[in-house]
Amino acid sequence: MHSDAAEIKKSVRTYMMVGAALLVFTAITVAVNQIHLAIPLAITVALMIATLKASMVAAVFMHLSHEKRWIYWALLLTAAFFVVLLSVPLLTVSNTIGKPIHAPSAAAVAEH
Amino acid sequence: MNIPYTVETRPDTGLANGKLGIWLFLASEVMLFGALFSSYIILRMGSVEWPHGELNVWLGAANTVILISSSVTMVMAWASLKLNDHGKHRLYLILTFVLAAFFLVNKYFEYSGHLTRGEGPWHSTFLAIYFTLTGLHGLHIVGGMIVMGYFIGPGAKMWKTKPEQFTNRIEYTGLYWHFVDLVWIFLFPVLYLL
Repeated sequence: MHSDAAEIKKSVRTYMMVGAALLVFTAITVAVNQIHLAIPLAITVALMIATLKASMVAAVFMHLSHEKRWIYWALLLTAAFFVVLLSVPLLTVSNTIGKPIHAPSAAAVAEH
Repeated sequence: MNIPYTVETRPDTGLANGKLGIWLFLASEVMLFGALFSSYIILRMGSVEWPHGELNVWLGAANTVILISSSVTMVMAWASLKLNDHGKHRLYLILTFVLAAFFLVNKYFEYSGHLTRGEGPWHSTFLAIYFTLTGLHGLHIVGGMIVMGYFIGPGAKMWKTKPEQFTNRIEYTGLYWHFVDLVWIFLFPVLYLL
């Protein structure tokens, strides 16, 4: 019990440091937004910082850095299905990527 | 009758049942939000133009700070129980509840600002997906507050009779709460900044 308490006290310091780091990364995200980067670069930077922040929350606050095998397997399966889910938009527009979808013109509608 | 494996771990999974249960629930939540993020990508890729600067970045950033802080207080509520300090646990849990309420108040001002300008979900594709994503996330905040309210109120008495089970319950509440924070970490840049 004694070592358990010492372990928790050590973790508390980590929680505080991670909390502070998350706030710093939030400030960086907003600061980067203020310098108005090109959209593709802005998306890449913002999502990279968000992924880093999310990983910190999952690893430290949700204790995923030291979990049991069953949870890792369940999450691996979830991650695989999540990737499939996020790929669905690519399949549906695979022949129109880069081409904006225009609404039919009024004249074309009137002909029908 | 006692529910088995609330505190002791199952020999086959190495986990208490509640722990595996909450993670499977969170897995289903990943798919729920994943479907909506997927819809967002479809809508954005299919749009000729996408609005920028429609939302108040500072309100969004304030809510990010609020939720991150609430994640810290939530994990501290659990750690305090592990250190056998129920008083501190209560303080941290109440603080988490209050921060969650601040988040919703902030969101209320944002929503009412849009609605008074006639910018409801019907106004544009962007606002439709904005209200859908943040509305669903807001419902999760309300859900978390109901659970926290229970453990601040009537559910707190379990600490006296079954402290280990109570500690586990707070851990599972925390896992859910951190997930809600995690979703917001992505919603903030996707909706407010990009």
